Amino acid sequence: MASKQGNGGNIRQRYYIEAGNFATAGEAASNIKKLLKQLGVDGATVRRAAIAAYEAEMNLVIHSLGGSLELIVNPELITIIAEDQGPGIEDIEKAMQEGFSTASEHARELGFGAGMGLPNIKRCSDEFDIQSEVGKGTRLEITFIL
Amino acid sequence: MTIRDIVDKLDLKVLAGEDALDKEVRTGYCCDLLSWVMAHGPQNGVWITVQTHTNVIAVATLLDIACIIIPESIPVNDKTIEKAEEEGVVLLSSSASAYELAGKLYSLGISSPSED
Repeated sequence: MASKQGNGGNIRQRYYIEAGNFATAGEAASNIKKLLKQLGVDGATVRRAAIAAYEAEMNLVIHSLGGSLELIVNPELITIIAEDQGPGIEDIEKAMQEGFSTASEHARELGFGAGMGLPNIKRCSDEFDIQSEVGKGTRLEITFIL
Repeated sequence: MTIRDIVDKLDLKVLAGEDALDKEVRTGYCCDLLSWVMAHGPQNGVWITVQTHTNVIAVATLLDIACIIIPESIPVNDKTIEKAEEEGVVLLSSSASAYELAGKLYSLGISSPSED
């Protein structure tokens, strides 16, 4: 975890997420939730941001080769950026469909891979943007209006 | 109804979260797909699941789920119990099946989140 206080009172926090590590999965989202609560963000927004952060974190654990989750908070917006180093999503439209999943057998046994991750994130966030290139990686940026 | 009432009435074993047994719960949910729970799970409610790995505690913490019941005496590893203790999540165990537990909770007045 790396943290710094940005200019103008912005809070920036970056969490590195290890691919395939289910044991620590969810810790970044838990931290984000605690931090937003401490900042006095209202309960409903904290819940939406926590759900979205958790799903984004699980996507990194389940599907990526490793990446990071970044939280930026300013007086107007909460922004969460999930970035990874691949493998990239072949068909984003498909990935956005509820029930579509490419999760491994192992992930499914643990109760993941319901194909709800990205749709959940979209539903919870006020703005949602996803860019992906096969062989390069995926960048997801979501915002919550305060 | 408090979690303590549920523990007494359903004869549940407390694995973790002894300090939080006086929390009030009104709704319940039963599901083993974690993403599904993330989308529909009950705030301050009871969640019945056969999943016992540490991620169930993360899901409960993120959603403010008050208590988890593990059915059919499924063994729960120490790491999950420790994590529940750390996060203040009540973790309960029962020899009854999820079906039976949900039926009993419903008849005690614990409703579904959609009816709340």
